[in-house]
Amino acid sequence: MIKTLIKGLSAFILLLSMASVANATPVDTYQFKSPEKQKRALSLAHSLRCPQCQNQNLVDSNSPVAQDLRLEVYEMVDEGKNDDEIIEFMTSRYGEFVLYKPRMEAKTYVLWLGPIGLLLFGGMIGFLFIRKQRIAESNTEELTSEDQKELDRLLKRDTK
Amino acid sequence: MKKLVLFIPLVVFLGLGVFLYKGLFLNPQNLDSALEGKPIPAFQLEILEKTGETLTNETLKGKVSILNVWATWCPSCKYEHPFLMTLARKDILPIYGINYRDERALAIRELSREGNPYTINIYDHKGRLGLDLGVYGAPESFLVDHKGIIRYRYAGPIDARIWKETLYPMVQELQAEAAKDGAS
Repeated sequence: MIKTLIKGLSAFILLLSMASVANATPVDTYQFKSPEKQKRALSLAHSLRCPQCQNQNLVDSNSPVAQDLRLEVYEMVDEGKNDDEIIEFMTSRYGEFVLYKPRMEAKTYVLWLGPIGLLLFGGMIGFLFIRKQRIAESNTEELTSEDQKELDRLLKRDTK
Repeated sequence: MKKLVLFIPLVVFLGLGVFLYKGLFLNPQNLDSALEGKPIPAFQLEILEKTGETLTNETLKGKVSILNVWATWCPSCKYEHPFLMTLARKDILPIYGINYRDERALAIRELSREGNPYTINIYDHKGRLGLDLGVYGAPESFLVDHKGIIRYRYAGPIDARIWKETLYPMVQELQAEAAKDGAS
């Protein structure tokens, strides 16, 4: 019983590992000088958008442009260029648009600060709303003893 | 006054609605070129028809010109081709071709069969010049002034309408600028 369970489980794991292979993105046979460089190059290529198939990054896309750019990024990393230089290379040709994470500057303030602004705006409205309700609740007047007597008298009259 | 405050969310919602609705009709392929206002990138490439004979970015200076990126594998280029032929016949400005990531023999055969609108054709087999120009597909066209500065980029096939409405007015402007500087 346990043996068949283990067999089934191992088959399942094997299947899973194969699934991940099937999901892999285009593989280039590029030899990096060191594993660190490979890691940096891949993370850079992941953060850059393919100008042709706009919802894919350079690693995901198999379009000719993405292939060229990917290779260009790999080569520049291998040559020892830093991230800023590579990003400058890309944006000077394809524009800010290729950055998945736009730079913080005058025209992207709305993008970066908009959500915080909306959150503050919503929070403020919520706060005002709740406070208003609290005030309304605490404003209920208590009956004086004379009022209470009057009320009792009226109620008794009705039950008679 | 208090009643008016209640309408704020509605106004915000409507504003957002209009903004997003407009967004639906934007063409995501219309990117501003990062190269407008910059000179043609430096290159040294062979002429398509003449193996071994190279030209550089300096060759393209001197006249207001249009730089057209094309390839035989690109269907939209075939759509654009007849218009380029009419444009070439009008002799308004030189049309420089960049044969982008293509095979030389195929490109030459296509031009001899369909006609050649290009003053000069640059053979960019590896796509390096295309990459430096920020090309992400063909056809793409660049208006270049007499100093060799890229002034406008158009992605997609040029046809009579785009030429008349957008490109030709700009060409006239640039040619007037060139005439002022004493160039042709």
